[in-house]
Amino acid sequence: MSELIWILISTMVVNNFTLAMFLGLCPFMGVSSRVATALRMSAANFFVLVITSVSVWFLNAFVLERAPYLRLIAFIVVIASLVQVVEMAIKKLSPALFRDLGIYLPLITTNCAILGLAIFQTNRGYGFFEGLFFAVGAALGLALALVLMASIRQRVELSDVPAVARGMGLVLIIAAGLSLAFMGFAGLLSA
Amino acid sequence: MSAPATRREDLVRGVWRENPVLVQLLGLCPTLAVTNTVANSLAMGLATFFVLLGSSVLVSSLKRIIPHQVRISAYILIIATFVTMADLILAAIVPDIHKALGAFIALIVVNCIILGRQEAFASKRPVGRSALDAIGMGIGFMVALLLMGTFREILGSGSLLGVPLFGGGYEPWVVMILPPGGFLTLGGILLFLGWSRQRRGPQPKVRHWPHGVATGRAG
Repeated sequence: MSELIWILISTMVVNNFTLAMFLGLCPFMGVSSRVATALRMSAANFFVLVITSVSVWFLNAFVLERAPYLRLIAFIVVIASLVQVVEMAIKKLSPALFRDLGIYLPLITTNCAILGLAIFQTNRGYGFFEGLFFAVGAALGLALALVLMASIRQRVELSDVPAVARGMGLVLIIAAGLSLAFMGFAGLLSA
Repeated sequence: MSAPATRREDLVRGVWRENPVLVQLLGLCPTLAVTNTVANSLAMGLATFFVLLGSSVLVSSLKRIIPHQVRISAYILIIATFVTMADLILAAIVPDIHKALGAFIALIVVNCIILGRQEAFASKRPVGRSALDAIGMGIGFMVALLLMGTFREILGSGSLLGVPLFGGGYEPWVVMILPPGGFLTLGGILLFLGWSRQRRGPQPKVRHWPHGVATGRAG
């Protein structure tokens, strides 16, 4: 059990997907201007990450052992269809949530955090529950980074930034600061 | 009728003026993740170049066969095939670099530059022009990666392509080869580009300060 908790914590803060491993940067830059949208995006990510982890485990355990060279193609096809299925299910079960998530749901297919999760889970040989905790940790980590970034950007919008710095340059410098702060969590590993 | 000028335009556009990373801000994940040394940047750039060129040519030649409704899935399948090839080729030729790049080779599949070029260009244009466009964009991506890699390796390890540049007295900026250095370098480059653009181009509109309150002069 402590092993599982450890995977969760380490994926969430020490090896944060966005700030330490550079996965899922597109939504990190794209939808981090408002906290409310950042939260919705995080919820959508959470759904897809957890379901991906489970199905990748099934693929690895029952299908891909005989044909490892098909791994990448199998993963991406499964992820694309999963996103489609999740989208249809949410639309049917909870139209309100569907309206909230809007365009972000289909866009998740090309979010490298999802494919990254599948590949890292395979490379590290995680079992079913390890993979599940890995996915939850990754989703919480993405949410943490996204919401922190959105909060900072909302504050920055109210301050007087020199004209030359307005735009993505400044966002990246802020991300550098956040990433630096998260490196402080590396101390947890040696503790 | 594609005049020579159009073809040249297809080729050079991606290199600098519409650079996929520095101007369009696409494909940020690999740009930040693997550029801690020049050698890694070069390998990543070449692999992406190969995948982009291959998929653009194939998508462009198959554009009449691929049904419109499932085009994105078809593009991703084509891209994933080329990425698998690049992965196996790199593992065979340069195993060290293949190990250093790790999962990021496989992640070329979800590099938005590649899917973006298929959707925006290769799926509507003839094969020749798509190939030129892919070459231009591929070189542009490589330029951005090498720029980042050079900065980060010189500052972060005091070397270039593994050759030490300074004597023993140089204290490397370790942060540059760590994750924050990636954000910092790209942020710095973008700020510099914005600054030079602002100096050359027409001055931006006078801004009211503070927001929404017209000052005497600006109003």
